[in-house]
Formats: sequence, structure tokens, C-alpha cells
Amino acid sequence: MTEIILRAVFAENLILSLFLGMCTFLAVSNRMETALGLGIAVIVVQGITVPLNHLIHAYLLLEGAWAWAGLPKVDLTYLKLISFIGVIAAMVQILEMVLDRFSPRLYRALGIFLPLVTVNCAILGGSLFMVERRYDFADSVAYGFGSGLGWALAITAMAAIRARLKYSDIPDGLQGLGAAFMITGLMSLGFTAFAGIAAP
Amino acid sequence: MKRTLGTLTHPVIGDNPITVQILGICSALAVTTSLATALVMCAALTAVLTVASGLISALRHHIPQSIRLIVQITIIASLVIVVDEVLKAYAFEISKRLSVFVGLIITNCIVLGRAEAFAMRNPVGPSLLDGFGNSIGYSLILIVIGTIREVLGAGTLLGYSVLPTVAQGGWFTPLKLMLLAPSAFFLLGFLVWAVRAWRREQVEQPEFRIRRPAGGGRP
Repeated sequence: MTEIILRAVFAENLILSLFLGMCTFLAVSNRMETALGLGIAVIVVQGITVPLNHLIHAYLLLEGAWAWAGLPKVDLTYLKLISFIGVIAAMVQILEMVLDRFSPRLYRALGIFLPLVTVNCAILGGSLFMVERRYDFADSVAYGFGSGLGWALAITAMAAIRARLKYSDIPDGLQGLGAAFMITGLMSLGFTAFAGIAAP
Repeated sequence: MKRTLGTLTHPVIGDNPITVQILGICSALAVTTSLATALVMCAALTAVLTVASGLISALRHHIPQSIRLIVQITIIASLVIVVDEVLKAYAFEISKRLSVFVGLIITNCIVLGRAEAFAMRNPVGPSLLDGFGNSIGYSLILIVIGTIREVLGAGTLLGYSVLPTVAQGGWFTPLKLMLLAPSAFFLLGFLVWAVRAWRREQVEQPEFRIRRPAGGGRP
């Protein structure tokens, strides 16, 4: 369990080694506060949707899941993509409403980022990796939390570096997007060094 | 005629989805370890993007404004499922290597971005062309990066040996870094730099200008 979390945060970081959620990562990492807000939103949504999608996949879609209803041959796995994205969109919407009702402060802090999270490939990617690696329920809880944490870590680190870079003298063509790629490359190089980390 | 052609060619370099619009970068980097996977990904994205743009444009007067995102995502997801099943049936090896990235075309920002920015406001014909033009722009970047990474990382191109490696008795030592994640970021960074050195109008303005004191010297 700890091993899955550690692997998801460091060695198989969603952004830095699997390139998931790059668009939002590049667009929102300009300011520290917004990066932190989005990072927390991703941890929460990822931590809920991965286990939820695991349940849906195991009890509704897999071949034989409908055996109790007398339909042992029904195999709905091809509906995986559309049901996962539906779950994610619905989950984000519900989360938005719940936050609005019970914690208006957090809602105001995360409000604009929650819709962005729906179209973040890191969220859908997390669910798809969970299926591909055949995690069980406990593992998928750990993986959802860990991968969200890794994403948040990467985006806050990136925002901190970019804040420092504002005053640096970058060649014209590399300004903005080019520099962002170079920094991400260097960070990713650093994170590959974590590949050997394992639970003691 | 000229305008039609413009819709098709403008997104290739002038308004390239990856280097200018910053859309769809995730998959662009992940599938480029070899040229074959990059090509299959390009074909998959071209099919989805062109058809999705056309369909969404055809339905644009019937989609209520408030639920348009859900409708668009559903259309895109259905198309991706078709492409995914076709790949599994006819190119199983490659589809295994692409793993989750075909499914991730759903959340690839290019498809949704073009649907939202172009197909919702334009007739079917131009939307199809816009979708196709953007896929060409995307494919161009993928093919360039895929070629560089495969040649330098493994000494092969589409599986054929281009630079004879040391293991096969040649002279070329494969750069294993090229097959790892960081090299993709560096290559794309250099590519953006190269395009912007050629097309000066794409250069972003820095937030702060460093003023050099009169009399020269570094500040």
C-alpha cells in the first residue's frame, strides 16, 4: 500500500513521467496560490473517482458482473471510457454543489478550478491506469490518493520555480512555453532519480 | 477558395495546436518513443478530431447552451470507443503499446478546444477542414519528435536499422535518455524555440523587462 503511494508520487508521477494533465499544468502554474488550489482539487477528485470507477468497473462492466441477474455472458468493458468520463463529470458537479452548501470558503477557493479538473487527462488517466494494472479496491484508494498527491506536488514545485524565473533573462524564443518545457524536463530528470524509492 | 485553404493550412504552423495553442500536449509526449506508435496515434486523433468537428458542427443548432460540454464529451467519447475497438481488432500489438493513451483522446484538449472554439460557430464544411488542419499540425509535431527519439534512442526508424548500434557490431551507442520522459520535454522545448526563432510574431512577451542601466553592464 505504502509502496503504491510512493510509486505514484515519485517514480510514476503523472505529470513528470507519464505526461498526464500537461495542459492545465502549463496554463495554471503561473501563480503559487492558484497552483495550490488546483493541486488540492485534483487530490480530492482523484481520491474519490479512482475508487468509484474501480467499483463501477468491477461490479457493472467486467465480464460476468451481471451473473446475479442471470446474464453471465454480458461484457460491457467497451463502455469503460464513456462511463468513466461520465462518473468524473458527475462527481465534479456533485462535489461543487456539496462544497457550495457546506463549505463556501473552500468553494470560493476551488470554485473556478473544479470544472477544469473534469477535462484534466490526469483524472481519466488515473482511472484507466487503475484498470490496466488490475488494482483491487484498497490499492485503488491508495493509487488515487498517491497520484493526486504527485500531481499537486509537481504543479506547486513548478509554480515556485516559475515565480523565481519572472526576473530572469530568458532568450526571446524560449520565453514562456519553451522555458516551461525546459524546466519540466529538468524536474522530470530529477524525479527519475526517485525511481529506486521503495517502502522500507 | 483561398479562405477554405486558409482554414486548412493555418493550423499547421501559424496556429499549431501544440506549439501555439498549447493543446493536447499529454499524448504528444507520451506516445513518441517510437515513430510507429506516433503514427498510429496521429491516425487515431485525425479520425476522431475530423469526425467530431463535423458532427458537433452539424448538431450545433440543436445543442442547448447549458449542457453543451456534456454533449460534446459524449460525442467525442463515443468516437474514441469506436477507434479504440478498431485498433484492438486490427493492430493489437500497437494498441497494447499505446495503452491508455488512445482512451485519453477524450480529454485531449485539442478535440474539445476545436469543438468549442470553431465547430460550435461554423458550418460543417469549414469545421471538417479545421479539424483536419489541426490534426495535421498535431501530427507534424508528433512525427518530428517521434523520429528524433527513435533514431537517437534506438538507432532504428519504424523498426528498420538506420544507425548500426554497438550491440549489432556498428558504431552507434543508443542514447537511452531519449527513451525516457525528460528528453521529450527538452525536444519539445527546443522545437518551440526553433519555430519561434523562425516566426518572430509567436514570441511571448515577458511579464517583466529587465532594464539595463545606461553605460552597459549587467544589472
